Amino acid sequence: MSQIIFLLITIGVAFLALKQYRRVLSNIRLGKKYEAKIEPSVGWKNVFLIAFGQKKMFKRWIPAVLHLGIYTAFLLTQIELIEILIDGIFGTHRAMHHVLGGMYSGIIGTIEFLSLFALVATIAFLVRRNIIKVDRLAKPELNGWPKLDANLILLGEMLLVTGIFMMNGADRVLQNIDPEHFAKITSMPISSWFGPMMFGDMGHDALVSIERFGWWLHVLVVYAFILYLPYSKHLHIFFAFPNVYFHDPSPRGKIENMPEIMNEVKSMLGMEVAVSENTEIADFGAKDITDLTWKNILDSYTCTECGRCTAVCPANITGKKLSPRKVMMSIRDRAEEIGTNLRSNDIKFAQGQNGEETTALTIDNYSDGKSLFDYISKEEIHACTTCNACVEACPVMINPLEPILQLRRYEILSESAGPPDWVPMFTSLENSGCVWQIPEERTAWTHQ
Amino acid sequence: MAEVSANGGKIEVLFWVGCAGSFDARAQKVSAAMAKLLDIAGISYAILGNEEMCTGDPARRAGNEFVFQMLALQNINTLNQYEIKTIVTACPHCFNTLKNEYPDLGGSYHVMHHTQYLNELLSSGKLKIEGGAFKGKKLTYHDSCYLGRINGEYQAPRDLIEALDGDLVELKRSKSNGLCCGAGGAQMFKEDEPGKKRINTERAEDILESQAHIVGANCPFCITMLTDGLQAKGSQDEVMVLDISEMILQSVNHKVHG
Repeated sequence: MSQIIFLLITIGVAFLALKQYRRVLSNIRLGKKYEAKIEPSVGWKNVFLIAFGQKKMFKRWIPAVLHLGIYTAFLLTQIELIEILIDGIFGTHRAMHHVLGGMYSGIIGTIEFLSLFALVATIAFLVRRNIIKVDRLAKPELNGWPKLDANLILLGEMLLVTGIFMMNGADRVLQNIDPEHFAKITSMPISSWFGPMMFGDMGHDALVSIERFGWWLHVLVVYAFILYLPYSKHLHIFFAFPNVYFHDPSPRGKIENMPEIMNEVKSMLGMEVAVSENTEIADFGAKDITDLTWKNILDSYTCTECGRCTAVCPANITGKKLSPRKVMMSIRDRAEEIGTNLRSNDIKFAQGQNGEETTALTIDNYSDGKSLFDYISKEEIHACTTCNACVEACPVMINPLEPILQLRRYEILSESAGPPDWVPMFTSLENSGCVWQIPEERTAWTHQ
Repeated sequence: MAEVSANGGKIEVLFWVGCAGSFDARAQKVSAAMAKLLDIAGISYAILGNEEMCTGDPARRAGNEFVFQMLALQNINTLNQYEIKTIVTACPHCFNTLKNEYPDLGGSYHVMHHTQYLNELLSSGKLKIEGGAFKGKKLTYHDSCYLGRINGEYQAPRDLIEALDGDLVELKRSKSNGLCCGAGGAQMFKEDEPGKKRINTERAEDILESQAHIVGANCPFCITMLTDGLQAKGSQDEVMVLDISEMILQSVNHKVHG
């Protein structure tokens, strides 16, 4: 009976998860083509060192060590999860014990140690977030859902560990009472102490119930996580890997060229233009997430809102409104909004071309009267010094600078707007090739 | 450069002066120091003079690609016409744009920041440090974003400062964690957005905390920002802001190299 229930739940979760992850992927695909040339050797090296190896986390070693504990516990518990799936479907008990033999004890022992460490780390993270209120974890952009999201994840992790220790602890006591059904596992460093202490004087049936409760608790929380992740900042546990792989390897100081404008300026200056495909582009830069690349949107879904970028942003440090983390969060929120509206197929979002009636909602005729500027204000993007501190700080290679520059391009090139102070600079650059309007000769300094 | 070219002369390097180096009173002194060092090292060099334009860095970062392309394409035209191979510049913004952004537009050169080039001259013995200009002085160094974090050059300027006889103390935020002076991304040319304080004040506090007598910089805009920041703290007399080339010039053996 319980095998059937387990199988039904598992199939249901798989079906729902597939739907949710496809939703996220289709939101990412709302972005434009991403032109970066990815070298597979560099990409995999990054995946190994930065995503798998967490190299960039160690700029701040306290959270890095705590995070590493939870992360390794998570990785190793996947082995136990495979066993849970096998046991759940076939009604076996600790199926891998027979297969792996002595190694099994070693794995369970390590999992127990790591789980305990993960529990300590989780509590430390809750304390840092809610009691100490570490500056970057208490910024205004986290108010409301993001803060709740972070705490829910941490509480979920505590439930996972609780499940493991209930299961193992009760199992340990049963190993002594009922060795026929509960085979001896030599190494259970935590449960061999915790089990007898908590459940030592309980009867056989009560112990079996607790063991089962722990088992179900663990597996159901895992399933809940799988379904919850596509709505959460915690999605980084999967997306960090592709995001790091697809990192643009070109020099950090290079801002993407705009060949359309280059060719136009070339012909203006009477230079030879290689091939003019005469592609008509109405707008330059980005006013919405559909003008950004899919990598920018992947960046936004990979963001786990740790705020290392914001903590080192010179604008944010000095009290300006700009927060690179908030820029990434806004991109994700806007992608969610457009994605949801598109999937609703509601014709009210379809804007007819030349006043014609439209019958189908597509990404090309989509309009909700909003743009990314409703999420990210001009004041924010004007405060950026392009210092790349945010780019350097991100442990999962997110680039908040790129969308900021795309928004600036839209404002300047398509809207002919921007900070009024820049107008004299542009004028002077156009007229005299110098950032300042200066009457002197360029060689004046040589005569001093 | 036009003169050199007309006389059929060849140069080892082109000294890219930049807008600040050409027009900003403080940065002009850095250009002069750099020129003097090149003379002492016996390097044949030229400047573009009035044929040089802004590289376009502030325009591109402000979002104005049209203006950037106009400037960049004209500069590349000039550089290619003179068949320039090696460029040295005392501005990390010029350095970054020339090095990383011009290749896409058809301008590929060997570009060096002046701290990298001076370091080479020192290693090859073309420049020799002598004299105790900085004896007993605490020196610190401010990483500019465009040389440091963006182009990964943390060592060359430090090697130069360490070649002097002062003591180098690091700022609490340095190298890849260095704090911006506040000028980049065309902020130099506009008022700050509303906030609690100016970025250069924040950076000046780092400098004061190091208790250094002199802060070495590698960027004309950093020099302006740091000087203003220290002034805002009323500490302009306690700490001097110098370009690294100026520090080297104060300690170098002035005998002109063969």
